[in-house]
Amino acid sequence: MIEIKGVHKSFGDLEVLKGIDLTVNRGEVVSIIGASGSGKSTLLYCINAIESINKGNIIVDGIDVHDKKTDINALRQNLGMVFQQWNSFPHLTVLENAALAPQVVKGFSKEKAEAIATKELTHVGLGDKLHEYPTKMSGGQQQRLAIARALAMEPPYMLFDEVTSALDPELVGEVLDTLRLLRDDGMTMICVTHEIAFAKEVSDKVAFFHEGLIEEIGTPQEVLDNPQKERTQQFLSKVL
Amino acid sequence: MDNYEFHWNVVFDAFPQLLTGAFTTVHVSVLSMLVGIIIAVLLALGKMSETKVFYHIANIWIEIARNTPALFLIYMAYFGLGAYGIHLSPYVSVFSALVFINAGYLAETFRGGFQSIPKTQYSAAKSLGMNSVKVYRYIILPQMFRRIYHPMTNQFVWSILMSSLGILVGMNELSGETQRLQSTSFRTLEFFMVAAVMYYVITKLVLLAADLIAKKVFKGEIS
Repeated sequence: MIEIKGVHKSFGDLEVLKGIDLTVNRGEVVSIIGASGSGKSTLLYCINAIESINKGNIIVDGIDVHDKKTDINALRQNLGMVFQQWNSFPHLTVLENAALAPQVVKGFSKEKAEAIATKELTHVGLGDKLHEYPTKMSGGQQQRLAIARALAMEPPYMLFDEVTSALDPELVGEVLDTLRLLRDDGMTMICVTHEIAFAKEVSDKVAFFHEGLIEEIGTPQEVLDNPQKERTQQFLSKVL
Repeated sequence: MDNYEFHWNVVFDAFPQLLTGAFTTVHVSVLSMLVGIIIAVLLALGKMSETKVFYHIANIWIEIARNTPALFLIYMAYFGLGAYGIHLSPYVSVFSALVFINAGYLAETFRGGFQSIPKTQYSAAKSLGMNSVKVYRYIILPQMFRRIYHPMTNQFVWSILMSSLGILVGMNELSGETQRLQSTSFRTLEFFMVAAVMYYVITKLVLLAADLIAKKVFKGEIS
């Protein structure tokens, strides 16, 4: 379970998160929608401590993420993350990209790490690209590689930060299909996304962010079909 | 113009001496590169340091190295330091000057290579649970090395060619040796032509070796 309690986050004078409360249970898919600059991505970065927080707590399976005593590298193994820019490691082959962390972080043997990596890469449809270099692949393929690379650490939670926003339109589908695959596997996911239709289809809960606060949260039917708040209605009328 | 008659025999007879000179050329270039690389790492760190003292020392070193003629630095080492009672041999003078310049140029190459790695690569590696040492070891430094490899090769070639300034302080590297041999035989054209070919062969070999190593180490990915 991921528990986010009263989280505040500022960059200098700019307060980006103004008190976020959110609980994500195992097996749940939670989508976060909202305008750019509303703090959606920042929250994801705070969950795996790539960004620090100013106030509040984020608890993952009972462990306080921002406690100084927490072994953050150990904790991050439970929180797979995929970025808007896929960030493949250009000097490594597809297989090496996915097998590296299991090897050097978890200490698995090369064979075991490559077996897991191969399994995950095949799962996302890159089984025939194992020995290619990512720079030669399309954005969609590189994003699927990024997903497989995170999955190879076998995390119980996955964080997705606008993973289709930087893709050419014709490549969005293959990445969304991969996310559907994970949802069907029962993966716990937090998806920051601009794909409203997708959020409606896969989510258990949808949270609408507005200026650093959760304006509205509920089932996709509640938030997307019958939004109660005026700001949610305005946002949805612009993007739908 | 009178017909100049080439006399090659005297050059062939002196070839072993030219080879010894060429060996010294390679020797001083390799050593000045190795020491230069070590200092360049420190200078690059200094130039990126928040500590003012380190930053200024690195900055002054880099500025002088990149904006003064190599010849002056060699003269400074050979004649200038003499004023302070420090008498360096021709070899050490040329070596020191080349180290000084190599370090300055390479420091900027290293800094550029380091800063060219996107910050998102750190985030991606960290999100996989890697600590800082692992992030550098497996993600940052390998990519950085690929980017600075060819500029480093160029600097090496530069060192080989610039070591010919040793001629001016009586160093017995390839140019100095050529100078000495031509002055006693008066076969100036022959000796310098052969020496030029030898420089060409040395630098070509270095570049070929560098390319072979790059192909082997970097395989099919980004160059």
